Amino acid sequence: MLDPLKLQPQNDLEKELPKEKYDELEEYINQLPETEGTLIQVLHKAQEIFGYLPRDVQLFIARKLGVSGAKVYGVVSFYNYFDDRPRGEYLINVCTGTACFVKGSSNIMEILSDELGVKSGETTADGKFTLNGVRCIGACGLAPVIVVGDKVYGRVKPEEITGILGKYRREEH
Amino acid sequence: MKRHRLHMLVCGGTGCHSQDSEKLIKALDILVKKNGYEDEVKIVNTGCFGFCEKGPIIKVHPDNIFYVDVKPSHAKKIFEEHIVKGRKVEELLYEEPNFHQKVEHQRDMSFYKKQHRIALRNCGLIDPENIEEYIALDGYLALGKVLSKMTPMEVIEIVKKSELRGRGGGGFPTGYKWELTYKNNNDVKYIICNADEGDPGAFMDRSILEGDPHSVLEAMSIAGYAIGAQKGFIYIRAEYPLAIHRLNVAINQAREYGLLGSNLFDSNFSFDIELKYGAGAFVCGEETALINSIEGGRGEPNAKPPFPAESGLWNRPTCVNNVETFANIPSIILRGADWFKEVGTEKSKGTKVFALAGKVNNVGLVEVPMGTKLRDIVYEIGGGIKDGHKLKAIQTGGPSGGCIPEFLLDIPIDYDSLTSIGSMMGSGGMIVLDENDCMVNISKFYLEFTEEESCGKCTPCRIGNKRLHEILIKISDGNGTEEDLERLVTLGQMVKENSLCGLGQSSPNPILSTLKYFHDEYVQHVKEKICPAGVCKMGKSEKELKVRIEN
Amino acid sequence: MKSLEELKEIREKAQKKIDLRKLGDKDDIKIMVGMGTCGIAAGARGTMESLLEEINKNSIENAYVVQVGCMGQCHCEPLVQVNYPNKEPVLYGNVTSEKASEIIKQHILEGKVVEALVIEGSVHKN
Repeated sequence: MLDPLKLQPQNDLEKELPKEKYDELEEYINQLPETEGTLIQVLHKAQEIFGYLPRDVQLFIARKLGVSGAKVYGVVSFYNYFDDRPRGEYLINVCTGTACFVKGSSNIMEILSDELGVKSGETTADGKFTLNGVRCIGACGLAPVIVVGDKVYGRVKPEEITGILGKYRREEH
Repeated sequence: MKRHRLHMLVCGGTGCHSQDSEKLIKALDILVKKNGYEDEVKIVNTGCFGFCEKGPIIKVHPDNIFYVDVKPSHAKKIFEEHIVKGRKVEELLYEEPNFHQKVEHQRDMSFYKKQHRIALRNCGLIDPENIEEYIALDGYLALGKVLSKMTPMEVIEIVKKSELRGRGGGGFPTGYKWELTYKNNNDVKYIICNADEGDPGAFMDRSILEGDPHSVLEAMSIAGYAIGAQKGFIYIRAEYPLAIHRLNVAINQAREYGLLGSNLFDSNFSFDIELKYGAGAFVCGEETALINSIEGGRGEPNAKPPFPAESGLWNRPTCVNNVETFANIPSIILRGADWFKEVGTEKSKGTKVFALAGKVNNVGLVEVPMGTKLRDIVYEIGGGIKDGHKLKAIQTGGPSGGCIPEFLLDIPIDYDSLTSIGSMMGSGGMIVLDENDCMVNISKFYLEFTEEESCGKCTPCRIGNKRLHEILIKISDGNGTEEDLERLVTLGQMVKENSLCGLGQSSPNPILSTLKYFHDEYVQHVKEKICPAGVCKMGKSEKELKVRIEN
Repeated sequence: MKSLEELKEIREKAQKKIDLRKLGDKDDIKIMVGMGTCGIAAGARGTMESLLEEINKNSIENAYVVQVGCMGQCHCEPLVQVNYPNKEPVLYGNVTSEKASEIIKQHILEGKVVEALVIEGSVHKN
C-alpha cells in the first residue's frame, strides 16, 4: 500500500505540472466521442504527457470524466504500468521474467540497487535514475536483459554494470 | 513492373530489434540505393523468425542463405560480397552447436527441421507493414470465402470440426465458444482478442502480432461474422510498443482496402477493430478481468456464470479468444477441418507455439505439432543444454504450470498429458532448467509473482499465496521444517480449490509439481539445511557461502 | 473490397512481387551468373539483367537467378550455369545480353540445351 503522503511530490508543482500540459490533456479528453469506459485510455495519455500521475492530475481526470477520485486512484494503484511518483531522467528496467531469472537477473538487480543506493521502484536522490523491475520484455534470447531509457543491454554480466551506469552519468551513451 | 532478383529479409521482431536490426536495415538500404541496386535488390523488414538466440537474422531469397548474429557493422561486407559479388559471407553462417558445422540453408538447420508452422506461417516471410504481401499469400481469402459463400453456422461448424482448442492455456474448444455466443441473441455483440500476454517468459503472441498482424485481424472479422458481432477489441499490453505500432498500421491498411469497415465484400456484414491497452496486470489475462479492464476499471475477475458468451463487455454477449487461436483460423477456413486435424494427438489437434528459453542452446520461438516429445523440442530443436550442463527440469505454463522432470521428457505433449503430470500447457512458455537451478527457488520466484499479481478480490488467492510465498522464503533461508512441507501441500490444495479465477486455481502448481518430483531437494533444505544447487543462501552470508563452495 | 474477384486480382499482382521468396526451397531451376571481378568486367551485369528481364517477360515461375563468385573459366566470361534439379549442370560461356535471352527461350522454356554456347570440356561437350 502506498503512503498517501508520497502521492504529493515535494517538487515545485507549478513547474512540474504546467498549465500547457493540463490543456493538452483536457483537449484529448474533450475530443473523445464518449467518456464512458475511457479511464485507462486517458490515464495512459496523462502519463505520456506528465511522465507520471500525481494526485492533482488524478483528481483533474476524475472531474473531467465525472467519476470519483477514489475510482481513479483505485485504477492507478491496480496497474503496474501507472506510476504516481515522478521518474528519474533515465528509467532502468531490469527484466525479471523467468528466462532472465534463471540466468541471474536477481543478482543484476541487487548490484544495481547497491550501485545506485535505491531499491526497485525508487529514484536516486539526484533524480538521474529510477530503478524498476519489469515482467518479461520478450528478449529471452538475450537474457539477462536490462533496458536503460530505450537502449536494451543483453547478456549483461555483473561486472559490466558500473560501466553501463557510468556512460549515463557522464552523458556519453 | 521490375522484378527484383534478390530479397533480403531482415528480422524486425523485438529480440532482433533490440539488437539494432533497424540500424542494420538502414545501413543495407543506404548501400543498395547509393550503388544503384534498388531495382534488383529488396531489403525487407519482417517479423520474428523465431531463432532469437542468434539474432539479428537475415534470410536471403532465392539463394536461401541464412545469416545469424548480424551487426550493423556487417552491412558493408554483406553488400560487397553477397549483393555485388554473389559470394556468401562464411563468418555469418550458422554453426550447429553439436556438430560444429556451418549450415547455409534454413531448411537444413535442426532448429527448423521438426517445426510445423501454421500460426507462424507468415512470420519472417512477409513485411508485416505491407498488406499486399499478406494478400499475396492468400491473406483475406478466407474472409472473402466466408462472406460470399458461407452462413455463420457453417463457419462455426468448420471450426468445431477442426477441434481447435484455445491456445491461451485453458484449451476450451473454440468452435463451441463461438456457438455459445452465436446462440445468445442480442443486437450488439463483441469479439475480443486477448493479447495480454502476461506469462513472464513467453512471447508467442507478441511475435505473431509483430510478424503477421493481418492474420489476427482477418480471423477476428471471421469470428465477428460467425457470432454476429460488429465490433472487435484487441486488448494488448502497453509494454509491447512494436506490436502496437504494427497493429495500428495493419488496421489502417485494412480499412483503406475495405477489409475492415462497412459492407465487406458487398455483404451486409460490417466490422471494425479497436485497440485497448492493458496496463500491466497479469490477472487481466483472465477473460472477465480483461473485460472489466476494457470497461476502464480495475481488472478484477467476476464469478462465472454468467459467462462472457451470455453477458460480457457492457453486458453484451462477448467472445474472447487468444492471439494464437485466431492466427490458426484463416488456414482452417481455407484448407478445411480435416487438413488441420491431420496434425496432432487424439484430443489436441494442430500445432502449438512455444517460447523456448532458459538454459538451452537455441532460445527462440518454435511451433511444433501437438504430440511432439519434450525431448525433441529441447535436444533437437533447442540444440541441447547450454555449456554441456545436465537437464534438470522443464517448466511449462509459467506461473500456472509446473516443472517436468527428466524422466518424463518422452511423453507426447498436449493439453491433457501436461495436466496429468501436474503441469499445464499454459500460453506456451517453456523454460529449461539445469542442475544449477534450485527447485525451491523457482517455486519462490513464481509465488512472488502471483502474490504480487493477485488482484486481492478473493481471500484464498490474496492471503493463501502470500502465506505460500512466506513458507518458501522460510525454507530457502534455512529455517524450514518438515511440517512446512506438509503445510505447502494442504494450503496449496486449498488455494487451488477455493480461488475465484484461473490465477489462484493454478498458482500453487509450481510448488505442488516440484514437491512431487523433487521432494528430496525440499527435504535437504529443511532437514540438512543444504541447497544442493547452491542457490538458496540458507541464512548464511555471502562470505560463508564462498568458503563452503571453495572447500 | 467489393468481391472475391477483386481480392484475387490484388493477390495475383502482389504474388509476383514476392514469389521469389518461395523459390529455392523446392525443385526449381537455378541459373547462376559468375560475378567475380573478371565476370563483371566482361559484362556479367548486363547478362544478368537480361536473364531477369526475360524471366519476367515470360512469367517463368520455376526458375531463379543467383549471382555467384568466380567460376574459374575466366577465358570465356561472362559465364552462366543452368542447374535443373536432378540433372547435370550445363555451363555456358561468352554469354552476352542477347545470348542470355536465347538461353531462357531455348533452355528454360523449351528444355533444349543451347549447344553452341556450351563451353568445350564441360560436362556436355567432352
